[in-house]
Amino acid sequence: MLTTVLTALSNAATPWVNPTVDFHALAPEMVLAAGLCVVLLADLFLDESRKWVLSSLAGFSLLVAILPVLTLGLSDVNVRSMFDGRYVVDNFSIVMKAMFLIAGYVVVLLSSSHVEEGEYWRGEYYFLLLSSILGMVMMASARDLVSIFVALEFLSIPAYMLAAWRKRDIKSNEAGIKYFLLGVFASAVMLYGMSLLYGAANSTLLIDLGKSITVNGGLSALHALGVVFVVVGFAFKVSAVPFHTWAPDTYEGAPSPITAFLSVASKAAGFIALVTLLFVAFPEASSVWQPFIWVLSALTMTVGNVVALRQTNVVRMIAYSSVSQGGFVLMPLAVAGMAGVGDSALRAVVVYLLIYAATNLGMFAVIIAVSRKTRSGAVSSFGGLFSYAPGLGALATIFLASLAGIPPLGGWIGKFAAFQTLISAGTGWAYGLALIGAVNSVIAFGYYGNMMREIWMKPAPHGDVTPIRTPGSLALALGITGVATLVLGVLPGIAMHFGDIARITGAFGG
Amino acid sequence: MFVNQFLILAAILFCIGVYGVIARKNGVMVLMAIELILNAVNLNLIAFSMRNGSADGQTFALFVIAVAAAEVGVGLSLVLLIYRNRRTISLDDLSEMKG
Repeated sequence: MLTTVLTALSNAATPWVNPTVDFHALAPEMVLAAGLCVVLLADLFLDESRKWVLSSLAGFSLLVAILPVLTLGLSDVNVRSMFDGRYVVDNFSIVMKAMFLIAGYVVVLLSSSHVEEGEYWRGEYYFLLLSSILGMVMMASARDLVSIFVALEFLSIPAYMLAAWRKRDIKSNEAGIKYFLLGVFASAVMLYGMSLLYGAANSTLLIDLGKSITVNGGLSALHALGVVFVVVGFAFKVSAVPFHTWAPDTYEGAPSPITAFLSVASKAAGFIALVTLLFVAFPEASSVWQPFIWVLSALTMTVGNVVALRQTNVVRMIAYSSVSQGGFVLMPLAVAGMAGVGDSALRAVVVYLLIYAATNLGMFAVIIAVSRKTRSGAVSSFGGLFSYAPGLGALATIFLASLAGIPPLGGWIGKFAAFQTLISAGTGWAYGLALIGAVNSVIAFGYYGNMMREIWMKPAPHGDVTPIRTPGSLALALGITGVATLVLGVLPGIAMHFGDIARITGAFGG
Repeated sequence: MFVNQFLILAAILFCIGVYGVIARKNGVMVLMAIELILNAVNLNLIAFSMRNGSADGQTFALFVIAVAAAEVGVGLSLVLLIYRNRRTISLDDLSEMKG
């Protein structure tokens, strides 16, 4: 037995050649890796009174990591492929890496005051946060089943720990363990699917997987099962209904900056992996995943919205709202396999993710700023916000309106791109999904509008109108997200431009 | 080659694991059920690797083993955290948040 294994191995082995490594392409990852090591080491040598340096170090390494992303974006080489195409830096991954790094920077800004005021282990907190962001940056480039799996675990395992970060708080423990068990279960199911796909294609490279489906003509049962299991695994990650049960509890129990991080960056990473798989590995298997994603998208939008309507806790309401927003991201993917629609669907997904990231992070920044004063998570604690904190009230209105998709704010452009894709697909199923999406946009306004009414029309709870003191880092985070939401909405060309340049190498044979 | 038998064994292990995750109420037992699924994956990968005569599957299995170890490390520490705070690891008792 052992000899057969060894013979098979030695027959398969080719002579060792050093892989060519493009250090420019890997620079963002290397800067981040160096940054997180520095944070971990600095934590050892700093005494308690100077630990605030750690958040600056974390933020600084994220900003430095953006520099090589910019130079990569400006360079003439469009596609940098490494390790036989297992790790590819193309325009799609550059846009996504930039988004993850900026979102990560905003989360560090949100964390710095929050972490300092609670009993937190600061060094480890920023170390784990940076590790998770590094996993996301890797995910944007992963074009192989193994690298997708490793990147997924790299971004998830630190996130499980961060969700349970408040060690003595039972809610936070519960958030961590629920997220962990469902997350690990999902990745195990996804791995089972990947093992079947490897068996069918005899390769873990996504492009080879795509080819093996084309060459064999029809889909084999092995392919179909593999595709379904993999999509189910990622449906957990992006909290699509009916695989969303962990999301509201985890979002409510986790520390607020981590909730913002999970609902934006972690979700976007799941979508990116899903998009890469669908476009590069499974374009020929669209008969399997299109109906599946159609159902997921319709259920996710509707259930997320209907349950959000009756929430009284702000974070829980935003959690369900982010579940339903996930349905809108899935919407264009339900028709992405049709001829001529793929490019438009990819653009819609990228534009939606960019805008959703800015808006949702901003909403969480407002929630964190307000709850510093009110110490409450109830929707009613936002009563009269505009009367005593006009700046925060106005920003909250902007973010809520953008989430609801009211022009001329960012969220509107995202929804517009998604609906445009469905209309250009032009089939009955696409129109049906567009109709469900339109009805859901109206339902969503129910709870976003309710919150706006609290902010503008209701009196402050207990008549407490002392102004809110916003720390500088939080104000900077509010500024970045507010400007991004406004600019992406008023100048839709910018978001659309990023959506247009985001082309995945190898997608649809081009 | 006996690839089919390996695949059937892996499928059975996978089903037992999924059943365990859904039916068990004890945190550690759920972790063990997840381990069963991961081992089903490893069996699958190695069986296919034998059939296809390529080493990719075995490399993948090594990655799965390494990452599974990291996952269990985090998982057990989370279960221990819950046990310290509540003196129970029954997942049914985790109902602080509802709705």
